[in-house]
Amino acid sequence: MSVADAAAIQSGKAQSGAAEAIHVENLHKKFGQLHVLKGVSLSARDGEVVAIIGGSGSGKSTLLRCINCLENPTSGIIRVNGEEIKLKADSHGHTVPADRRQIERIRSRLGMVFQNFNLWSHMTLIENVIEVPVHVLGVKRDEAIAQAEKLLARVGLADKRDVYPAFLSGGQQQRAAIARALAINPRVMLFDEPTSALDPELVGEVLKVIGDLAREGRTMVLVTHEMKFAREVATHVVYLYNGLVEEEGPPEQLFGAPKSERLKQFLRNVG
Amino acid sequence: MELLSPVAPGWGGTLLVGLLHSIEIAVGATCLGLMIGTAGAFGKLYGGPVTRDLLAVYTTVVRAVPELVLILLLYYAGTDLINQVLTAMGYSRVDISGLAAGIFVLGFVQGAYSTEVIRGAILAIPQGQIEAARAYGMPPGLMLRRITLPAMLPFAIPGLANLWLIATKDTALLAVVGFFELTLATRQAAGVTKAYLLFYLAAGALYLALTLFSNLIIGRVEAWSRRGMPSVKEAR
Repeated sequence: MSVADAAAIQSGKAQSGAAEAIHVENLHKKFGQLHVLKGVSLSARDGEVVAIIGGSGSGKSTLLRCINCLENPTSGIIRVNGEEIKLKADSHGHTVPADRRQIERIRSRLGMVFQNFNLWSHMTLIENVIEVPVHVLGVKRDEAIAQAEKLLARVGLADKRDVYPAFLSGGQQQRAAIARALAINPRVMLFDEPTSALDPELVGEVLKVIGDLAREGRTMVLVTHEMKFAREVATHVVYLYNGLVEEEGPPEQLFGAPKSERLKQFLRNVG
Repeated sequence: MELLSPVAPGWGGTLLVGLLHSIEIAVGATCLGLMIGTAGAFGKLYGGPVTRDLLAVYTTVVRAVPELVLILLLYYAGTDLINQVLTAMGYSRVDISGLAAGIFVLGFVQGAYSTEVIRGAILAIPQGQIEAARAYGMPPGLMLRRITLPAMLPFAIPGLANLWLIATKDTALLAVVGFFELTLATRQAAGVTKAYLLFYLAAGALYLALTLFSNLIIGRVEAWSRRGMPSVKEAR
């Protein structure tokens, strides 16, 4: 069996019959004159781990941030769990979500992990983790605390539950941020370069947590610079170049036998 | 010294009543100012062009005109205006209480300064924390209550504490419109007894005591609001 066959079987496993959790179609994003995304499509089925790779300025973070409308797309279709995000033009001609409640409901089921952690600095770790379940999703406080304690233990931070984020290392903050994302029981987890702001010796602890989640079948969309990691955990890899999908496919194919010259060049540069 | 005794024939009681009125006005004006300031800051940051322009006029004008002039203007012109409107609508004229008018006038002034303090504090919040709240689907009201206000507090406390201390002393300006606060009480006591030095020193001591007590409370509030931040001393 060739590498490509094995890859086809692996990605087939994730795709066969699974519902589409994220569907992005012909997405455009302009920042003023700057055309960042020029018609990108992306799909993630339940259980899939989609890694988005690409050079600086290729639009990969913008693409991820458009999925939950942290950036409003200029045009295009975004469906989350089959539900299309309703968009409209505001008085300045910018595209914005048409229904605030819809976008809030969709966001509350997408667990976002940021490059700079973005934990709430006035809350301890446990308060950070229970914040959304209690105040957005309406989970009872004691249930949320019990759940949050399990999640913090899972990311190795059980003893830090009452510590404020500023007193922790970057790796610890990022693991807490992952616990915060898990606490909403997300349909899809969105990772925006989760290890890019970390010291090299702290990257491993965070990748281990993300890798464990991938292996247990969490649906994820992951923007990353860690090629080795993307190859290990992803079921599907998308290479963006200059706002367009240059090449995509199973990781074995993309990393093992890239077709595009630009991707070959990119892999030589980063690897 | 028996002139300061809280029971007649001493004037201490009069001074204390004046102090109480001063505190009432300062507390009321600060609360009103904080409400105006919070709304104003959000309007300036997130409002439409018309809202932003109106707020710019408000903060500029109020901060440009001397407070004494504003107090005279709002107190006399304001009550006159209200009564004219009431008469025009067929109601009888009302007597606006000095307390309500004082709170409104000083609160209106405080609101303009608070708007700028709170706006600056909101801008000082690391934007990622606001973004995280959006990314997790927090509605605007919840985000304001749970994230924006607590996160901006450590940046706003020093400025707001200044405003509170200024408010306690601005109450003295209301003496000119005849509101019975500490300064007017002192003037009466001193005028009747001719013990000017004694009573003005006593009033100064009361203002000082109020400030020292405020500093104690503000220090606690500030320490609490900075609970998530590492001590600055350790960063030296």
